[in-house]
Amino acid sequence: MAEMTRAEQVSESFRKADIVTRWWLSAPAMFTIFIAAIGPLFVMLMYSLMVKGDYGDVKYWQFSGEGWFNVFFQRDIFDETVVTWADAHTQIFARSIGLAAITTLAALILGFPTAYFIATRDEGKREIWLFLITIPFWTNILIRTFAIQETIRNEGVLNTFLMKLGIIDTPIQIMFTNTAIVLGMVYVYLPLMVLPVYAAMEKMDFRLVEAGYDLYATRLKVLWRIILPLTKPGLIAGSILVFIPAIGAYVTPRVLGGGKKMMLGNLIELQFGQGRDWPLGAALSLTLMVIVTLALLVYVRNAAKGGGGHGH
Amino acid sequence: MSSTASAIDARNVSKVFRGAGQDEVRALDNVSVAIRENEFFTLLGPSGCGKTTLLRLIAGFDFPTEGEILLHGEDIALLPPYKRPVNTVFQNYALFPHMTVAQNIGFGLEMLGRPKAEIAARVSEMLQLVRMEELKDRRTSQISGGQQQRVALARALAPRPKVLLLDEPLSALDYKLRKDMQIELKRLQHETGITFIFVTHDQEEALTMSDRIAVMSKGKIRQIGSPRDIYERPTERFVANFIGETNMLKGVVGKVGKGFAEVKLAVGPKIMASLPDDFTPAGEVTVVVRPEHVSIADAKKAAFKGTLENIVFFGTDTHYHLRLADGTAMMVRLQNEAGVSPPYAVGGVVGLTIAENSARVLKD
Repeated sequence: MAEMTRAEQVSESFRKADIVTRWWLSAPAMFTIFIAAIGPLFVMLMYSLMVKGDYGDVKYWQFSGEGWFNVFFQRDIFDETVVTWADAHTQIFARSIGLAAITTLAALILGFPTAYFIATRDEGKREIWLFLITIPFWTNILIRTFAIQETIRNEGVLNTFLMKLGIIDTPIQIMFTNTAIVLGMVYVYLPLMVLPVYAAMEKMDFRLVEAGYDLYATRLKVLWRIILPLTKPGLIAGSILVFIPAIGAYVTPRVLGGGKKMMLGNLIELQFGQGRDWPLGAALSLTLMVIVTLALLVYVRNAAKGGGGHGH
Repeated sequence: MSSTASAIDARNVSKVFRGAGQDEVRALDNVSVAIRENEFFTLLGPSGCGKTTLLRLIAGFDFPTEGEILLHGEDIALLPPYKRPVNTVFQNYALFPHMTVAQNIGFGLEMLGRPKAEIAARVSEMLQLVRMEELKDRRTSQISGGQQQRVALARALAPRPKVLLLDEPLSALDYKLRKDMQIELKRLQHETGITFIFVTHDQEEALTMSDRIAVMSKGKIRQIGSPRDIYERPTERFVANFIGETNMLKGVVGKVGKGFAEVKLAVGPKIMASLPDDFTPAGEVTVVVRPEHVSIADAKKAAFKGTLENIVFFGTDTHYHLRLADGTAMMVRLQNEAGVSPPYAVGGVVGLTIAENSARVLKD
């Protein structure tokens, strides 16, 4: 075999240097993926599989399926062999999914026209409108939620106003209802819908709208057949951005739903706090993750299928 | 000329855009034009002359501030675009990126609520017309610029519009493709028998394709006529300058006849020049002569002379740039003959003669 030529030696040494450089350059990505994302997930999984401690925490390296069992089932207080469905949990899961879905839908209905309005302003003025949309973000979520509470509670601004006008005699009970939670969540998460929808709409070529009108499409048809399909990536992104924090919401249901209307976030918090059942808390958290992932998969699949060319 | 015979009859149309603050832009200023049925009509002018505004008023994307627009005698000025039997080929084609070629072409008919079978038949007919059968299931992003152009044409023609509007549709294509599409457009217009209203700033495109041209500038129509009319018998300075190369010579009007006047040019000779309709010149006037209507002659015999400043070879012909005695620049275009080098050199003085019946008096 001939020895390496000079050129081959040089290219070999570059190749080695290249590999080292690549490792260094990919270090931030590796850190994010393994230390910040997959690592904690693994820790959670381990906690969910261990025996719960007497005063919180877990008994390390004593494994048990009890945490996962308790997500779905409950044992009778008097007879541990009698097992029934964990109705309270099912209810909370259902409420979380339902309220998050309603919130997402409401944010879509409100956010789409808002984004359209901004995208159709003069170029210089769009930034001002966007800026106004993002202003609430600067305020802490807790404060925003308390502001809503001040507005809707029985002695609050809304009820006082309506009673002064004589429209109602007794205050409308909004606080501590599902309506209150949805109201709060829509208010808090609406910008997360408006921004991606606006981004998609701004990229859209509005001459396509003119082309639609030119080809005999009425306003509704143009909306349905041209604007919606073309802004779909934004609508999907916005829905995901609203649905995920909404299903795991903690502050809003805590403040506006009181103790009565618990959502998953509150249930999980309870296990790590007063409940002192960390394995159950960890198992609930992972269940929530699975639900979100499944919901997203179904949603994105359907959205991808339903879009594009209608009517062949 | 009866108004109902016109495909489009724009009467005293003005369009005022209100900009920021108090400034107003009069994009169209009292424009009247009658476009005949089955005509290839071109709106020609520099950018900002109002040609696209007029097109958008006919399409219905904008509405006139004043005046009326008749389509076969019916005022459509205030109808929304989806209620006008008029379709547009957009400058950037504006094809729907989320639909296939076939879906794009069928869109108009679908919106009109035509039965599926009819749409399918018409779409395949259109695909055949623009020779795009093989690409019917492609996305519009997967085809070339020239192909997109043809899809845009097919899409606009599919609903059988009474008038087809084309907004600088060839400007994005390269030279060779543009030449091919010019022929293709003429063919399509001939085969479909639809009135085409074509907007362009390219005078060559306008001359080669149109039945009639309206030359526009600053929101007004300056002249309407056949390509030959516009080129050989311009009425004003703007038109003469915008279309083709022009020599402008100053002179004083002598005897005036019917359609003709005798003009004593500042550089010497007396020539006969044709006159615009309804125009009686007097005193000092400007006369235009196209470069190909001037020839170089023996300096001793010719009526006036010029000094050669530059000679540019163009393949089929050669351009001679001259300076006349009074300082006016002049250009002469002579056809090249095979194997013959012209005997003129830069710096030389040559005689010039103007062909008979080629000079034209301008109104301004």
